[in-house]
Amino acid sequence: MHFRSRAGKMFDWLNAGLLLLIALSMLFPFVYIFSVSFSSLEDVLQNDLLLWPKRWVTDAYTYILHSDQFLTSFWVTVYVTVVGTAVNMFFTATMAYGLSRPFPGQRAVLFMVVFTLLFQAGLIPTYMVVKETGLMDSLWSLIFPVAINPFNLIVMRQFFLNIPRELQEAAIIDGANTLQVFWRIVLPLSKPALAAFSLFYAVMHWNNYFSAILYINDPAKWPLQVVLRQIVIVDEPNAALQGGQSMMEHPPPPETVQMAAILLTTLPILVLYPFLQKYFVKGVMLGSIKE
Amino acid sequence: MEPVIKPEVKKPTVFRSVPRKKRKTRVDVGLVLLLLPGVLYFLVYKYLPMLGLVMSFQDYSPFLGFWKSPWVGWKHFETLFQDKESLRVIWNTLVISFYQILFAFPLPILLAILIHELRHQWYRRFIQSLVYLPHFLSWVVIVGIFVVFLRSDGLVNQLLGWFDIRPISFLTSPDWFQPLIVFQVIWKESGWGTIIILAALAGVNPGLYEAAVIDGANRWQQMWYITLPAIRNTIIILLILRLGTVMDTGFEQIFLMLNPFTMEVGNVLDTYVYYKGIQQGDVSFATAVGLFKGAVGLVLVVIANRTAKRFGQGGIY
Repeated sequence: MHFRSRAGKMFDWLNAGLLLLIALSMLFPFVYIFSVSFSSLEDVLQNDLLLWPKRWVTDAYTYILHSDQFLTSFWVTVYVTVVGTAVNMFFTATMAYGLSRPFPGQRAVLFMVVFTLLFQAGLIPTYMVVKETGLMDSLWSLIFPVAINPFNLIVMRQFFLNIPRELQEAAIIDGANTLQVFWRIVLPLSKPALAAFSLFYAVMHWNNYFSAILYINDPAKWPLQVVLRQIVIVDEPNAALQGGQSMMEHPPPPETVQMAAILLTTLPILVLYPFLQKYFVKGVMLGSIKE
Repeated sequence: MEPVIKPEVKKPTVFRSVPRKKRKTRVDVGLVLLLLPGVLYFLVYKYLPMLGLVMSFQDYSPFLGFWKSPWVGWKHFETLFQDKESLRVIWNTLVISFYQILFAFPLPILLAILIHELRHQWYRRFIQSLVYLPHFLSWVVIVGIFVVFLRSDGLVNQLLGWFDIRPISFLTSPDWFQPLIVFQVIWKESGWGTIIILAALAGVNPGLYEAAVIDGANRWQQMWYITLPAIRNTIIILLILRLGTVMDTGFEQIFLMLNPFTMEVGNVLDTYVYYKGIQQGDVSFATAVGLFKGAVGLVLVVIANRTAKRFGQGGIY
């Protein structure tokens, strides 16, 4: 316990207050975005600091949710996130377990992995390989080129190495082969770690923007982040949301559409956030523990 | 799949006398199957592109391919160090990295020390869960939020208007570009960066603080003589490793923030490769720029790791 002098107490209050301000600065943009997204044209034009909608108007959401482009892109992102994460977990877990077993040439394979953390061929050669492997304009281009994050692989291998040898050896003596040990002993024991890595990969896919800019030209295959950029950063909400206009005589004010689009795109992350926080902090700690 | 344990099996199959030598050299098919997908991934998407680096010594033409495109030696690297535009790009990369290390690097440390000083566990957890949040948002969302707040009719300019300050064009002004990039990184990553520092602080023996109090140390003295020394090594390691990545300025963020008005101060190596290679089709030159960046990065990271290990800690590999 700290000794509580008067100066010490004052420090505590100031510190608590300062941190509250900092923490609220992380939350404030969302409160503002939320209230503008539900506001009417008149209230937006009033130029007041809107911290809560004065009249609740849901036009912006109706408009967005009737846009073919937005809905298509939403499902593209959901698809890439679900399938992509499954592919990530398959590739990462199998190789991580394989590398946790002793075999001749293990050091060479490990070096092959670690070297990619230090040196990468760069954008253009990778782009050419994606093109040559026939993935251009296919959603697999958002999945296969990032199938393994080398850092995750190394951390997961470390995790598998910490699973007691005896358990696996007992199974082998009972006649199980390596695949069976992996599937029936190792994976069930690693559920929390697997959940953490899945979340990590899922957030990566949900937030991915740049791969799509590189590899996807067909708007029907654009993920949500690409459309969000068009709506907000390029500042062309109506052009980006083609197919929605016919539903409404007067499109809602662009500000409200932009704010609603930001919120809708972030919503899944916000909903998952409590889990993310729990597992990610553990993941970071896992990663900082070295042999 | 068959159950692993079959109680009805009575034959002691495992004890069948297999010559020791033979057992050792037998290939574990299961292990090979486990390793195969991952190894294939690394070969195709990480190592095959490295062969493509030969393009940086050619005038690559898609019609001629790797085998027939003419070799030009170091031409593209000479251009890289002579061309005014590319020198500007290298300069921008270093300047933005320098600002990041100067301003964005120390803040998580400061924030972690303040959080460490909080007395109530519940309040501490509350603050932590809020400051971690921006880390999980995409750069499109974060740049989007900044755009909405900072454009000419955005909230910030509205507030400035209350004080009779004329609207500032934050997003199209070269003066504001680099500060905004650094500020976004501070907002997004400062909270997240506290985790590793807080972990180091959790290892401090509380008895040290008690002893200091008995000796009459005030809060500042406790912070200066106990808290800071406890995380000094962690800070040094983090700084060294950060210095190893000065060539990486974060592609998505800068690409999303760039516009024709800010190109002069904001175009960095990563974005330059994209504009040159993908948009303008100067594949060979762009590959050379990428190779330059990668090679310098490799040397820096190796030096950084050697140095970090000398401080008695493991590096990143």
